[in-house]
Amino acid sequence: MRFKGRILHKFTESPVLELRLPAWRSRLMALVIFCCFGALIGRSFYLQIINTDFLQEKGESRYRRDLEISASRGRVSDRNGDVLAISTPMKSVWAIPADARLDPQQTKQLAGLLEADAKELSHKLNSDKNFVFLQRQIPPDIADQITALKLPGIGQDKEYRRYYPTGEMTAHIVGFTGVDDKGLEGVELAYQSQLLGRNGSRSVIKDRRGQIVEDVGSIKPPQDGKDIQLALDSKIQYLAYSHLKQAITDSKAKAGGAIVADARTGEILALANWPTYNPNNRDHLSGAQLRNRAVTDTFEPGSTLKPFTIALALEKGKVRFNTIIDTAPGKLVIGQATITDSQAHGPLTVAQVIQKSSNVGAAKIAATLPAQEMWGMFDGLGFGQAPHLGFPGEVGGRLRPWKTWRPIEQATMSYGHGISVSLMQLVRAYTVFARDGDLIPLSLTRAGPQRVGGTPVFSQETARELRAMLEMVVQPGGTAPKAQIPGYRVAGKTGTAHKLEGGQYADKYLSSFIGFAPASDPRLIVAVMIDEPGIAKHYGGDLAAPVFSLVMGGALRTLGIPPDAPLQVANGADAPAAKGKL
Amino acid sequence: MVRLNMILLLATVVAALGVVTSQHKARKLFQDLEAEQNRAKQLEVEYGQLQLELSAWATPPRIEKAAREKLKMRVPEAAKIISVTADALLGEPR
Repeated sequence: MRFKGRILHKFTESPVLELRLPAWRSRLMALVIFCCFGALIGRSFYLQIINTDFLQEKGESRYRRDLEISASRGRVSDRNGDVLAISTPMKSVWAIPADARLDPQQTKQLAGLLEADAKELSHKLNSDKNFVFLQRQIPPDIADQITALKLPGIGQDKEYRRYYPTGEMTAHIVGFTGVDDKGLEGVELAYQSQLLGRNGSRSVIKDRRGQIVEDVGSIKPPQDGKDIQLALDSKIQYLAYSHLKQAITDSKAKAGGAIVADARTGEILALANWPTYNPNNRDHLSGAQLRNRAVTDTFEPGSTLKPFTIALALEKGKVRFNTIIDTAPGKLVIGQATITDSQAHGPLTVAQVIQKSSNVGAAKIAATLPAQEMWGMFDGLGFGQAPHLGFPGEVGGRLRPWKTWRPIEQATMSYGHGISVSLMQLVRAYTVFARDGDLIPLSLTRAGPQRVGGTPVFSQETARELRAMLEMVVQPGGTAPKAQIPGYRVAGKTGTAHKLEGGQYADKYLSSFIGFAPASDPRLIVAVMIDEPGIAKHYGGDLAAPVFSLVMGGALRTLGIPPDAPLQVANGADAPAAKGKL
Repeated sequence: MVRLNMILLLATVVAALGVVTSQHKARKLFQDLEAEQNRAKQLEVEYGQLQLELSAWATPPRIEKAAREKLKMRVPEAAKIISVTADALLGEPR
């Protein structure tokens, strides 16, 4: 009954409900929940707005990759398109020493592939640097073998290596680059900004297997370096190089240089120096080998400068082609100094002064000229100023202002002492005789086929008269019959200069020859310089002239320039015509 | 009303499947393009290497050596050279 009664008891009358909860408890709960929401909102604000860039970047880094697209350095080729310098991909191997924990066996393997010393390699791997290059510029097939070893902490980068197929033959004109594609010498340095390629980049999405799924963002295309085509002709360069080398070896000379230039366009067809080096292997380079003597070395040119003085005297009407100059007794005293000829001549015509290369004659003619005019002429020919070919280390030589000239200096300058020039400047100056009196700039790269107009220095008549005089130099009675080329008329001038050493003229010589052919319509200028020959026959006519003849003859034949003189048939079958006329 | 909804639903499903397949095709094609571009790059590298090799084989010293030693060639003496001009060729033959 009692139990029943309890059942009938109404819920709303339950005594439990009589208890009242304190109001603060529910408020507290609401506050706690509100705070939780607040924290969530705060966190999402932090993630979505404040930290969003960082997180997005982190997320993207899981699938998005920025790839560098490498651009290659431009090629250097000669005028016929034969490659003189070219880049080919190589790998560089690097290590992160902290990650690279190799056992001795692995180190040995790696050292073997890198052709390095195992001890040195482990020393590099144990260094405390963050990053070390183990070896640069290794061929791709060896790089693949290293990849196959799957060594930890060892990685590879792609880079380029420069090759010079023509090697030492063109070393001075082409130059070379350092390991980071930086031009260090020659054309590689002069045209660095054009040759250099600009790497491009792209960002892509990669999948799990490392394959590119799609491009995202914009692609920056790589810009390959521009190819440079030089005016150089490999065949003529080889002629110049090999004959120069032969002559220097034969004469036991210290050094030498040769330049071949096109008289119509001013293009440099060949530029050779000795000693030289192999640009592909530059382990033991000396400064002497690196020197581009034809461009960076100045010397007192000697008699090769006489024609300019004579031309000025002709131009000013001081002398004529046939004016007689008395050079006897082969000596001339000016002040305290004496000018001598290597051989005493009697009365000579102006033309013969050139032909016999008489210092006394040239000095006497120079005495009729005002110093200012002579200076103006030398300056007009570009002496004393760098030729602006764009070559590194170009020099301007030395031409002192005319106001400081003493009479003896003016006299010595007339035959090329007391003034210094580079072989390149001399070639440029001789364009006035090879052309009709105008001076043209020389160029390393290809010029257009049109005849370049120059700055007039002498009149057409003077240039033609000088050409006739210079032609006499190679004829019997001249200083350089050895410069003759069968089938062609040749004009040129010898130079044999004493070398200055510590302000004194030493018993060392610089033998040179510069000339052009065919004399009826000059196409090529060839200059040869041989420094300190070690044999008694040190005259330009004996040493440099034969080189000139060989180089010029070969170059004329290579270019297919028609002969302008009848071929003289030699007397003996074994004697070439040029020697037959001696 | 229900029929229209059904048609729209069907159209949506078809369009969605279309998007999926075209996306898949695009990726496939993109990969092919990528592979071809890599091949082009490799061929270019090979071309450069061949050019280098050509230059190395064709250097004038090598040619001269081959001509002189293997083929026994030499420069003719001046006496043996006959110069022929275009005028002489066009004129009466001797």
